[in-house]
Amino acid sequence: MGRKAKLRNFHAAKWDEPIIFELSEPGQRGILYPKVDEELKDEFGEIENLIPEGMKREKAPALPELAQPQVLRHYLRLSQQTLGQDLVIDIGLGTCTMKYSPKINEQFVRNPKVSELHPLQDTETTQGILRIMYEFEQMMKAISGMDAFSFQPGGGAMGIYANASVMKKYHEDRGEGDQRTEVITTILSHPINAAAPKTKGFKVINLMPTETGFPSIEALKAVVSERTAGIFLTNPEDTGIFNPVVKEFVDIVHEAGGLCVYDMADYNGLFGIARAKEAGVDMCQFNLHKAFSSPHGCMGPACGAQGVKQELARFLPVPTVGFDGEKYYLDYDRPDSIGKVRKFYGVIAAVIRAYAWVLALGPDGLKEVAEVAILNNNYMMKRMLEEVRGISLSWENVPERLEQARYSWQKLKEDTGVTIADINRRAVDYGLQSFFPSHHPFIIPEPYTPEPTESYSKADIDEYVEIFKKIAEEAYTNPELVKSAPHRSTISKVYDNLVTDPKDLMVTWRAYCKKRPMESKTESPN
Amino acid sequence: MVKDFIHPYIPNGIKQTKDEMLKRIGSKTIEDLYSCIPEHLRIEGRLDIPEAISSELELKQHVEAILNENITCAEYTNFLGAGCYDHYVPAICDEINSRSEFLTAYSGDTYSDLGKNQALFEYGSLMGELLDMDVVAFPTYDGGQALNTSIRMSHRITGRKQMIVPETMSKGLLMQVREYNYFMEIDFVAVDEKSGQINLQDLESKISDQTACVVIENPSYLGHIDRQGEVIGKIAHKHEAVFIVYVDPSSLGILEPPINYGADIVCGELQPLGIHMGYGTGMGGIIASKDEDAFIMNFPNHFYHIYENEKGERGFARALNERTSYAKRDDGVEFLGTNVGLWAITAAVYLSLLGPKGMYELGENIIYKSNYARRVLGQVKGLKILYPDSNSFKEFVVNFDDSKKTVTQINKQLLERKIFGGKDLSREFPWLGQSALYCVTEKTSKQDIERLGEALDEIINNK
Repeated sequence: MGRKAKLRNFHAAKWDEPIIFELSEPGQRGILYPKVDEELKDEFGEIENLIPEGMKREKAPALPELAQPQVLRHYLRLSQQTLGQDLVIDIGLGTCTMKYSPKINEQFVRNPKVSELHPLQDTETTQGILRIMYEFEQMMKAISGMDAFSFQPGGGAMGIYANASVMKKYHEDRGEGDQRTEVITTILSHPINAAAPKTKGFKVINLMPTETGFPSIEALKAVVSERTAGIFLTNPEDTGIFNPVVKEFVDIVHEAGGLCVYDMADYNGLFGIARAKEAGVDMCQFNLHKAFSSPHGCMGPACGAQGVKQELARFLPVPTVGFDGEKYYLDYDRPDSIGKVRKFYGVIAAVIRAYAWVLALGPDGLKEVAEVAILNNNYMMKRMLEEVRGISLSWENVPERLEQARYSWQKLKEDTGVTIADINRRAVDYGLQSFFPSHHPFIIPEPYTPEPTESYSKADIDEYVEIFKKIAEEAYTNPELVKSAPHRSTISKVYDNLVTDPKDLMVTWRAYCKKRPMESKTESPN
Repeated sequence: MVKDFIHPYIPNGIKQTKDEMLKRIGSKTIEDLYSCIPEHLRIEGRLDIPEAISSELELKQHVEAILNENITCAEYTNFLGAGCYDHYVPAICDEINSRSEFLTAYSGDTYSDLGKNQALFEYGSLMGELLDMDVVAFPTYDGGQALNTSIRMSHRITGRKQMIVPETMSKGLLMQVREYNYFMEIDFVAVDEKSGQINLQDLESKISDQTACVVIENPSYLGHIDRQGEVIGKIAHKHEAVFIVYVDPSSLGILEPPINYGADIVCGELQPLGIHMGYGTGMGGIIASKDEDAFIMNFPNHFYHIYENEKGERGFARALNERTSYAKRDDGVEFLGTNVGLWAITAAVYLSLLGPKGMYELGENIIYKSNYARRVLGQVKGLKILYPDSNSFKEFVVNFDDSKKTVTQINKQLLERKIFGGKDLSREFPWLGQSALYCVTEKTSKQDIERLGEALDEIINNK
């Protein structure tokens, strides 16, 4: 099977970098501002003349004072201690679709033609950006089979929330708002599929999976009623298992008068193969910072593209983008809209990147993305399950997985005492990003959910598998090595889950300076 | 069957590689690997989207040709603000937020993303100094969502459902507030006609033991500096309501932070701190509270906490996760998702660069220039500056009623002169007549302001 991947003798950057406040040297300046024109000073006099009594800041903020090179160096060092996707084989963060974010797209959004646009400019002057929003909506309609989109939600979670809002508005519009108070979702779905409808006031019913990896039709039928507002489904689930009877789920909910929502956060294996329309759902959301290549940016900014069928289009957030045959315009005349979920029109940079990414690939390229993502995952799965000790697949009797898979390290834990937290720390020693275990609750013990997107070569996947083979071997032969990891990271092990009392919370340097524990709180809780 | 598909973004497109991988799997085709998707759920035929522009050169030409149809604030003189602000972005802010490591990291943990986590802790710490507060959360989607969560927090803490907000709150922000806090009742407190300051009698008449929170903006949406914060806070606290202040962080080098006049929760828009407007891409939501358990446990957002080990090494990790929907699904506090981490890091760089003196100079530049603009426009025949009895910070309201022209007409004529006039308020606040909200930042020059004055004089007085 080709050349064997060599394990790297990696060591993370270790700058021992202080907190920025510790680098402060009073009197230093990182940037200067223009001097206020003398004429203006003469005209208005002291600044006190312009500020109401009692409102002038008495004590200057205790911000650090540094010269420019020192600020730059500090944050460059911190960046070096961060394993971004550009730098590493970022297969571990499954459900996050860590793929290559093309650099050309970064040039587009950093172009002053985008960065210096004010959202309230006359649309005569924003025809370019509106055209991209409009054309991207047409692409998304084709990709999903939905009829209208909003790009206003600021992330996948907000996209799900916005769909819950549309669901509520739809039932209220039909006079059934008070009756349809329940939302159904699956326990394996992203927690937001439960939390967002709850935030919108729905009671949430979480369905457990059967041995198939998804809930049974009977379980669904048992909870569907005249109170059902709708269902939030993820397909494939975070486990990589596709629910082939999703249409039956949808029909059952529709028959009861509810709406069906597809969470397309795990869409990467479906481009050009399957979509929301054929599943019969009414709404969906895509995370443009996942399958559509917009970079994740240390957790945003992001975009949850919200797609709906025609009969729900009137409820989408205001404004939407229209085209009258000559000009693109913002349509605020939307009396049935849910309103606004984010200021202005959303994270348009994510829309531009996604637009350029779809254009660069075209219809065949998008399908290739999905097929290679599936191929990569199945190849990695085969090697993982056959070659790595102590690992197993969840729902083993369901053999097929699409773009990702949920494994369990339970056997390894039973055999060696080494836990997923230990393995995760040890993985960092080999230059990997930490992996994603599972959303809560953990239905599978010692879960592990990697996702080898289309951006990784066979050699990358081979290296990745070899690392876990090695770590598993270490767990069986020298478990302490794994338990005491990391050994080649920026810092060594720290007990980072000890805060249970809000009184101990130290999320600012000033709180740390006040509350810093005198006795060591760094001992193991055991 | 398997064939070559060579694309720069997809390294495993080569037929030979695919064949090797399929052989290892034991499958003949890739289609076999997704046979679990039944026919009735499949897409028929190819996707109906444009054919690929697969060369980077042609893609660049195509996209840039479209983007070049835009005219930007770098080309015209801009007086628009109203929630998104045209501030100067120091070069180092862009240098850091374009670093591959930060740009393409995501939710990695204590060790793999130590630098990110430290930068996020530093964001909270620097913001903590600017706000003079100990508890600052990971920022949320935008200022509107920060206000939404602040209001929901007040509801959870007090169990009450009434909020009191100024009648001058922007309609955009209000749409967000209504949408998210749909189950609450909104009462609007009147403002004084001459000063725009909150009418305290009206506040007293509306507040009750049903009031969850009193919200003010400082500076207000219409630009004036609120001078009654302390009294408003006392009125709110007398009724055991939560006092929320929505603040402009660019003002805090010269204006008193809200905690010092009684705020319990402080929120606001992050974008002014080193983040480009990007047609609204740059929005982020600041949210901070008093260091009390009831507030802390009601945040839905991440907290980045500092830890030390026995070697004195520091790590940073999310704390009190049991609050969140990530841990508790529908039993968590609101919902949590991907927000604006890159903007948090950018704001940290910005505050580190500016320091106390830079924040002062920023505020000083804005307040002098903005007041100059207010004076210059006030001298144009046919224009009136509304709320003359208040000081303003960076925005102010110009009324055009005496000119007999609409803001739409005036702004079109300004556009011909390469000026983006102020935001039209005539539909947002009909009682203000033909009025516009003008914004002046440190980027606006004295000459820009004088040119605006001359242009308006020409337009209105046919000079």
